[in-house]
Amino acid sequence: MSDTTSAAPAEKLTKKQLKADKPTWCPACGDFAVLASFFNVVQKLNIPHEKIVCVAGIGCSSRFPYFVNTHGIHFIHGRALPLATGISLSRPDLHVFVFGGDGDGFSIGGNHLNHAARKNVNLSYVVMDNFVYGLTKNQTSPTTPIGQRSKTDPRGAIDQPINPMSQLVSSGATFIARTHASQVKHMNEMFERAILHPGFAVVETLSECTMFNPGSFDDSIPRKGGVFDLVDEEAQDLESIAAAMDLSQDLSPGKFGVYYETKRPTKNELEREWLTDAQSKIGDLSQRDLLKQRFASMR
Amino acid sequence: MSQTATPTPADSSSDIRNAVIRLAGNSQDGIQSIGAFLGQLAGSTAQEVMTYMTIPSTISGGPSIFQVHLGSGEVLHPGDQADTLVAFYQHSYENHLHTLKDGGICFYDSDEVEEIKEERGIIHIGVPFTSATIEAIGGSAKSRGKNIFVLGLLCAVYQLDRERLSEIMGRKFGKKSEDILRNAMLAFDAGYAWPVHDIEHMPMAPGENEGDKRISTDGNTMIALGLIAGGVRFGAGYPITPWTTIMEFLRSELPKYDGMFIQCEDELAAVSLALGAAYSGHLAITGSSGPGLALKAEALGYASMAELPVIVVNIQRGGPSTGLPTSVEQSDLMQAIYGSHGDAPRIVLAPKNVEDCFYTALEACRLARKYSTPVFILSDQAIATRLEAFQEPDLEEHWEEPTLDLSERGADFKPYPLDKITRHSPPGARSSEGKYPVVTGLEHDEWGHPSGNPDNHQKMTEKRRNKLVALAESLPTPEVHGEAEGSLLLVGWGSTYGPIKEATDRLNSNGQKVGSINIRHVHPLPNGLTELFEKYDHILVPEMNDSGMYGYGQLATLLRAKTCNAAIKSVNKVQGISFRVKEITEASEALIAGK
Repeated sequence: MSDTTSAAPAEKLTKKQLKADKPTWCPACGDFAVLASFFNVVQKLNIPHEKIVCVAGIGCSSRFPYFVNTHGIHFIHGRALPLATGISLSRPDLHVFVFGGDGDGFSIGGNHLNHAARKNVNLSYVVMDNFVYGLTKNQTSPTTPIGQRSKTDPRGAIDQPINPMSQLVSSGATFIARTHASQVKHMNEMFERAILHPGFAVVETLSECTMFNPGSFDDSIPRKGGVFDLVDEEAQDLESIAAAMDLSQDLSPGKFGVYYETKRPTKNELEREWLTDAQSKIGDLSQRDLLKQRFASMR
Repeated sequence: MSQTATPTPADSSSDIRNAVIRLAGNSQDGIQSIGAFLGQLAGSTAQEVMTYMTIPSTISGGPSIFQVHLGSGEVLHPGDQADTLVAFYQHSYENHLHTLKDGGICFYDSDEVEEIKEERGIIHIGVPFTSATIEAIGGSAKSRGKNIFVLGLLCAVYQLDRERLSEIMGRKFGKKSEDILRNAMLAFDAGYAWPVHDIEHMPMAPGENEGDKRISTDGNTMIALGLIAGGVRFGAGYPITPWTTIMEFLRSELPKYDGMFIQCEDELAAVSLALGAAYSGHLAITGSSGPGLALKAEALGYASMAELPVIVVNIQRGGPSTGLPTSVEQSDLMQAIYGSHGDAPRIVLAPKNVEDCFYTALEACRLARKYSTPVFILSDQAIATRLEAFQEPDLEEHWEEPTLDLSERGADFKPYPLDKITRHSPPGARSSEGKYPVVTGLEHDEWGHPSGNPDNHQKMTEKRRNKLVALAESLPTPEVHGEAEGSLLLVGWGSTYGPIKEATDRLNSNGQKVGSINIRHVHPLPNGLTELFEKYDHILVPEMNDSGMYGYGQLATLLRAKTCNAAIKSVNKVQGISFRVKEITEASEALIAGK
């Protein structure tokens, strides 16, 4: 479990190296832009190629690892975060990225979001939120607005949607941002800051489902007559939970940018501290001799 | 029918070889620690021991028993009947007197037990445990320490090694404080010196078990230690009885070995963290008890499909649902083998006793590495919580260094080759061709690309199954205890090992021709069972699960499917307690007699 960090690579990572299978998303799906933005940011940060790990659960956006030529793992529905937690804790040398949608992250995997956040596991999580279940073809999702019709709500959705921002703030995430797949520059900036943040960093990315939810985010796309309203970071106290909660109250379409950012020891650091302490008490004894000693104490 | 030697009051000339002592009180009285001290003493004096306890599933308190079977030679079961009963309260006395054999001895707390039933030649000896302890320790109104008083009393009655016992207590209580140690020794000495006029002392014969490094402990501890010796350095879990003590142990111990154990928000997260660490190149474990395993089932199907090595511990308890959370049962065999979705092959191993927990865990580690698939360790509440004494494992022979293979993968690397066992390239390993694999739960081709091709799914399903077929072919036929051929073969798995072995010996000493086997590799089953079964007229499978719709227990059902042998019959028990030897001998005799 020791640190196997290596020096930064001499060669620059190219887009060609990062591209894998041709994405199977529908034409004009917002997720294409998220993929392009991810390529841009890891190239800019020049993360060693073999140290990048893409993790996903189930859903349209969760196909992400197949489209990136890095180590990747496509897991089961809703459990991408705990799987990534296992990777991050056991391999501190890796850069762990989790991709998924609103169903994966806020519904079937909802509880894991709270716990990954409170434990402050060191990883970056991009939620491609399209307010609908796309892979199963148009059912209500945990973020579907009240009144919106789907195959499971033919009369329009009746349940109060999840507020991902306020949930993340109250569960103790240390970096919370919100961006929009149509605003590439802003998305690049949010992803870069999330990656550089030590601890659990989440970027909720509105990503339009052109098939089942077309036009859903037009109200925040300037060229379609909407307003892309940014968080005023000069005026905003990013370490204030109350201010982040205030910002979270209205998300239709709400503000974009960093809602909350603070430093707190990561789960990775805290666990490692225990390992280091435990081993310093043992000294030069080999692991095998340590176990022999344990048996001797049971005689 | 207990075969334990009879410690009759009159017969004090010869040393006794076996003693079954049942301590009955409330769970807060510390009767478990009497048992633990006797167990540790047995371990260090070349005797054998097996304990059995009931734990109330209430939060605090409630009636509880601890039974200790001490033996100079092999001890295979916790004892069908007690030779000595120690009753702390009237209810303990009322509820447990029937477990005492005819002519047995009952020590009771004369401060608490008021009514005595003179029956079956039982010798009653009233000792004021409570007031004598208070007096010994020095007038404190508390009765804490009466368990240690009783330990002193038993030490005197059975003429156990007093010096060694004091030393063990010194080690335990000395850690706490000098006051506690002094009070404990005062209580012990008072118990030891208490005059028991009604009976002679019954000295235990010296232990005759070999080995100079004998330890005594429980099954969950031995699983945890086996996992460490096998190279496990990452684990994740969620608390559930009786699995929890493994996670507590690993949480404290693994950091010393440069590993970690993480408590998770739920069972689904726990198995996912373990799979994350497995994907990262570590040997990882998760575990639980029945209901928790049901929650992990989806992710374990994934592990079969993605071919990730992971060790899964299931400490079985009475089910289904919350069931009997603190009692023993063997009803999760089918869940362990088949409990997922789709065709999801995995390996299932069952330890037969406390000592075997270590070697089973070690083998689970080896098989998970070799076959890159989930491996279950299917233990149960009885093995998990009871104490046994045995020679400690030789770590010069039984030790695997943890490994993390981050070597560069060459041009011939494929994550899912059809002609070889999968060896994943963990993240951090470079690829000479610059192409990186995706580990996936979608059906995939050799490169890990999703594929719905009909032939490919057929071939990949066969690939995942055939590695277990290869394992099965390498497994030797279990060793037969008793007669190599004859009228009856008793077939067991897991913790029925002891009672079945003892039943075999008793049946053979009564003139029957009986053999028995214990199957550690419950899935895939080992070689040679079909041929072995043909050497006997009858096959009887004692299992602590229900006989189900068709009259056969879970292993018996599988054995019938594998061997098509119509002689296979079941004897089942679901009472939350282990088989008594007598129950197996009676079922065997009835089967042989054609009743």
